[in-house]
Amino acid sequence: MAERIRKEDLNFLERLYIPEIVKGLALTLKVMFKPKFTMEYPEVKFIPPSSYRGRPVLVMEEDGTERCVACGLCSRVCPPLAIQVQAAETESEKERYPEKFEINMIRCIFCGFCEEVCPEEAIVMSKDYELAFTNREDALYGKEKLLVPVHQLQDRIDFLRNYK
Amino acid sequence: MPKLIIDGQEIEFQQGQTVIQAALKHGIDIPHFCWHPKLSVSGNCRVCLVEIEKMPKLVIACSTLASEGMIVHTQSEKTLAARNAVMEFILINHPLDCPICDEAGECKLQDYAYQHSPGESRFVEEKQHKDKRVPVGPFVMLDVERCIMCSRCIRFCDEIAKDPELTFTKRGDRVTLATYPGREMDNPYSLNTTDICPVGALTNRDFRFHARVWDMSSTKSICTGCARGCNTEVWVRNNEIMRLTPRYNEEVNSYWMCDSGRLNTWKFVNAEDRVNSPQLRRDGLLVKVGWDEAFSAAASEIKLIGKEEIAFIGSAFATNEDNYVFAKFAKSVFGSKHLDFIRYTDPSFGDDILRRNDITPNSLGAELSGVAPSKSGKNIYEIIEGIKTGKIKALFVMEDDPVAAYSELESLFSKLDLLIVHATNYNKTTQLADIVFPAATFAEKNGTMVNFKRVIQRLRPATSTIELDRSLNGMSMSRLDKFGTKFDKWAQSTKRDARPSWKILTGLAAALGTKYKYQIAEDVFEELASAVDAFRGINYDDIGEIGIKIKKEFTAVEKV
Repeated sequence: MAERIRKEDLNFLERLYIPEIVKGLALTLKVMFKPKFTMEYPEVKFIPPSSYRGRPVLVMEEDGTERCVACGLCSRVCPPLAIQVQAAETESEKERYPEKFEINMIRCIFCGFCEEVCPEEAIVMSKDYELAFTNREDALYGKEKLLVPVHQLQDRIDFLRNYK
Repeated sequence: MPKLIIDGQEIEFQQGQTVIQAALKHGIDIPHFCWHPKLSVSGNCRVCLVEIEKMPKLVIACSTLASEGMIVHTQSEKTLAARNAVMEFILINHPLDCPICDEAGECKLQDYAYQHSPGESRFVEEKQHKDKRVPVGPFVMLDVERCIMCSRCIRFCDEIAKDPELTFTKRGDRVTLATYPGREMDNPYSLNTTDICPVGALTNRDFRFHARVWDMSSTKSICTGCARGCNTEVWVRNNEIMRLTPRYNEEVNSYWMCDSGRLNTWKFVNAEDRVNSPQLRRDGLLVKVGWDEAFSAAASEIKLIGKEEIAFIGSAFATNEDNYVFAKFAKSVFGSKHLDFIRYTDPSFGDDILRRNDITPNSLGAELSGVAPSKSGKNIYEIIEGIKTGKIKALFVMEDDPVAAYSELESLFSKLDLLIVHATNYNKTTQLADIVFPAATFAEKNGTMVNFKRVIQRLRPATSTIELDRSLNGMSMSRLDKFGTKFDKWAQSTKRDARPSWKILTGLAAALGTKYKYQIAEDVFEELASAVDAFRGINYDDIGEIGIKIKKEFTAVEKV
């Protein structure tokens, strides 16, 4: 093993340590009075920009129905196979609607392909990032958890229209 | 043979063939909507336009007779331009319905729009609006907007179903497909129009919106609705049968199948009342038990019965393999002579297109496999008589419901000391049975059946049971089956604890001290092929996808 060679010995002041400690404390003190970058999460919530891809949600129209026609393209394109859709017939003009729409949030990788492929602008990525579960069943989001009123999602829909 | 040249390839054809037929026979697919191999030529979609040298204009390949020395170009600049123009023209009034259209994924128009169309529309005006969701018949839904007026369905009703019901009304872009006034499309073959419809204009009301085609697996099988045995594809998603569609077999069913076969022959497979795991009657109630317990219970009960006192009823609904092992079990394990099966005929069912009066899929096969009374043995009527007089004290029924067939049996069966039944679903016979074994349905096992034309055809498992694994047993797999894990929701569907009858009998024979060496259905068929002349030399590979015909001299079995 090669012998370690110290390039330069510490000088006297450095060997004392006290001036170095004072230097460090001065820096700390300086930063303490500067504006903060961090947030006091969870007391303060981060509100993401409209380009943010949070959990996918279904758009609920003003009349309380889902915009989705259960075409199954999101389910087809989903790389981790997280989405399960079962279509059924409805009397309304759109003919079909999702009888069941389930996203397994443990599987979801937030890629946004579902949103990109959707022909109806019915599934969009929301700003919701708070996803924690204590068991696997809770992670299966059904229609009741997925449906979000359209006015809450206007931000993202406008973003998609501009940039998609 | 005369020859013509298509795209530089020299092709032989028969006199009278059209260009499209000659090309298709040699694997050159000229795009077409309105032309169908089994229907008359209509020539209205114009998408099969091809360039033929020395002809002044492009011609449609579907109605131009091939002739000696013809030089056809299907990929020339002129042809492609014409094809693009035709596609653009057809798509003008076609709605952008693909997301809600059941045809998406198996749609000719969708495919051709990808292959042969510029991909953009120059049409900025308002599209024609027509009726959507018109129930044209009890089983078929019509969306007139999606219709591209190919007239295949009209010609099908006229020529194949022989029951003209549909026609075009109005002209130009307002053309509308409609039924004749006061009529509806209710011929027994109406659902074939949903198969031949190149777009999603005619859809199956029974299947409507139930599943997307790309989520299902399809398995080549046969219909069990009558003695025709139409070739089918069984479409399965999440281990549940979603629909049946016909599969081409010129010898048996061509491209078609009847509505009854398509709708009524598979729903019991998904039904709630399936028998799940073997059951013994204790204190008047059927109690679920394990296989070994059921086998030993059945064996000890059977041992108490004399060989003249037990009768065996096989089944024309079961496969040759099941019937063969059943007959062998009856004859070799018991030495019983009383062996027969019930024949079902419905004179109102048959017609001169596909449907047969014999509404069982395998009556010929059951006979050939040896389910017939031996000399001085009792046939089915004598067995019933025997129960009446008390001579028959025990009955072994495989995959049939004699009580439903002969209502007098309901009171007679209580006389029996022992009634063992193989059943797929609970029925009137299982209500009286002492021991019930869960039998696998036609969609859960390998096997063969013989149709009325003496064609042996294969069944293949489409849905899995507890002992059938989709990948390990080489069953067809859907996308979800391939890429999912067994923890996924779509893998959590019901898997029944059922076995094919030959396997149940193998287990029961072992409990009675006779070892059969069958591991898989093919082993049974191998033995069947060596034991029965009609099947001699045939194996599963020979049968393949379209079946193989038994020679005529072997099927002159005496009718009982």
